[in-house]
Amino acid sequence: MTLPFSGSEAVLPPALLLPLLIVLPALLAALLLLPGRWSLRLVPAAAVLLVGLVLAALFAAVAESGRVTAALGGWEAPLGITLRADGPALAFLLLTALVMAAILLYAAGEGRERREARILGTLLLFLWAGLNAVFLSHDLFNLYVALEIAGLSGVALVALAGGATALRAQMRYLLFATLGSLLYLLGVALLYAELGVLDLGLVAERVERSPPALVALALMTLGLLLKAAIWPLHFWLPPAHASAPPPVSAALSALVVKAALYLLVRLWFDVLPGLPTEAAWQLLGVLGAVAVIWGSLLALRQERLKLMIAYSTVAQLGYMLFLFPLARPGSPVAAEAWQGGLLQMLSHGLAKASMFLAAGAIVAALGSDRRAALAGGSRRVPLPLFALALVGLSILGLPPSGGFLAKWLLLRAALEVGQWWLALVMLLGGLLAAAYLLRFLLPAFRPVPVGEAAARIPSGAAGAAALGLALLSVALGLGAAPILALLAEAAP
Amino acid sequence: MTQPLLYSLCGLALVALALHAFLTRRHLVRRIIALNVMGGGVFLVFGGMASRGGAVDPVPQALVITGIVVAVATTALALALALRLFRETGRIDLDEPNDSGAPDEPNPGAEAR
Repeated sequence: MTLPFSGSEAVLPPALLLPLLIVLPALLAALLLLPGRWSLRLVPAAAVLLVGLVLAALFAAVAESGRVTAALGGWEAPLGITLRADGPALAFLLLTALVMAAILLYAAGEGRERREARILGTLLLFLWAGLNAVFLSHDLFNLYVALEIAGLSGVALVALAGGATALRAQMRYLLFATLGSLLYLLGVALLYAELGVLDLGLVAERVERSPPALVALALMTLGLLLKAAIWPLHFWLPPAHASAPPPVSAALSALVVKAALYLLVRLWFDVLPGLPTEAAWQLLGVLGAVAVIWGSLLALRQERLKLMIAYSTVAQLGYMLFLFPLARPGSPVAAEAWQGGLLQMLSHGLAKASMFLAAGAIVAALGSDRRAALAGGSRRVPLPLFALALVGLSILGLPPSGGFLAKWLLLRAALEVGQWWLALVMLLGGLLAAAYLLRFLLPAFRPVPVGEAAARIPSGAAGAAALGLALLSVALGLGAAPILALLAEAAP
Repeated sequence: MTQPLLYSLCGLALVALALHAFLTRRHLVRRIIALNVMGGGVFLVFGGMASRGGAVDPVPQALVITGIVVAVATTALALALALRLFRETGRIDLDEPNDSGAPDEPNPGAEAR
């Protein structure tokens, strides 16, 4: 396999790189709480730089030896906790780093009051540590802790927004995220009672089809579907994501829901692939199909840009579930659907972060995200609007974009195994996405309303962050080969 | 009935009771307590299993301690949010007031039904 970073010298032992990816952001988050003006700019920049370096070294190590495993504290499983990085984990670590870099850039340009900026930065770095832990942990209970670190930082981040409506949305988010975690944890307890191990590899070896194991899988799945906001458990997501400050909306929609979904994929495909019946694999596909249509229709009814983007997340999450019926063990198109489904998660992460950052820049400039207020936007905020249109390609599934490639792979897989109804849903979802995106983009090309300034309002770092992610989402379609190779590594 | 099984079944009963309360109660403090009871039930299931097969297995106990730490953090955050909501709106539930509220206040929850 050829990877961008192969060939560099390993400075640290590869096994040390994995805990560093979790410890570094957490340590820097704590550092950011120290008083003093110096830390506000320096610490986020250092985090991006250091995590980037560690990630590059990890890429090189994985390119050499396939996968990197670390037994924490030298204790091997089943007693100790194992961290493991393989192809898909690397891809998601990279996505998280790219989105976090853009979000921290956006936050630096926001001009927040210093105390608030400090809290925002600290929580974002804790969130980063939690997400990296989710992608690296190879232990059922450690995954629960990692999900909670990410989830609680997420809720605290949303709480930066004030106002009664936002508070209600945050409260609902916290309550249902915690319920999801507890359901997952109960599943872990039952599985541990049955098997006596928590390490994912050992669980996969020892598990047999038995009623307790099936109940455990059902509980974990239910909890994770709730945390990933999959229809019909999506109700908490749109108000929470839409009412958060822009960098937080971007992190939640692009990364936090993906973390729960990533864990669900790993559980079903890597750990317990023998447990679900054929009907169960298919059921997740059906939930995804309803999510695509339902989320798109609601996105079409919104009058506020951020709510439209949030409902679009509900719809786009649906596509990712097509992975389950199409790539299930024994499916002839498993490899293709596996790459398509995971690529959809990655490309949606880039696209949705860019959309929320662009929306934030537009609100900052125009003072509102109502559809009516966008009139004349093409002259006043050209850069964020351009970013919005560009990632629209990915959301719609038009070439050249990561979203196109992902949906193309899924579509081809669906047609090859005769699941034509999934293909139909994908096409319909694309048409609806075109409608809900154009409903907001077209008014921006109307002339500026009489009596308002037509001058261009510079969007600075915010525009640059949104545009950078938008370009990456297009680049993901053009240069997907190395990423697809990474994802194929753990294909079922 | 063996003792570990009894503990585990009690734990499951607590989870079921708490789930019922969580879904039917509106008062936020009651719902937060329900989540805590549910967590307690899950911990009891873990604890009950620790003595499975004669010798005591220390792993579930270590897990429960970690779980309690997470539950404390979650509860603290939830109570702080509930307090803020009460100060802002004078209510301690998630119901939307029908008439009050600023005219241009974003109302993202309305479409979710």
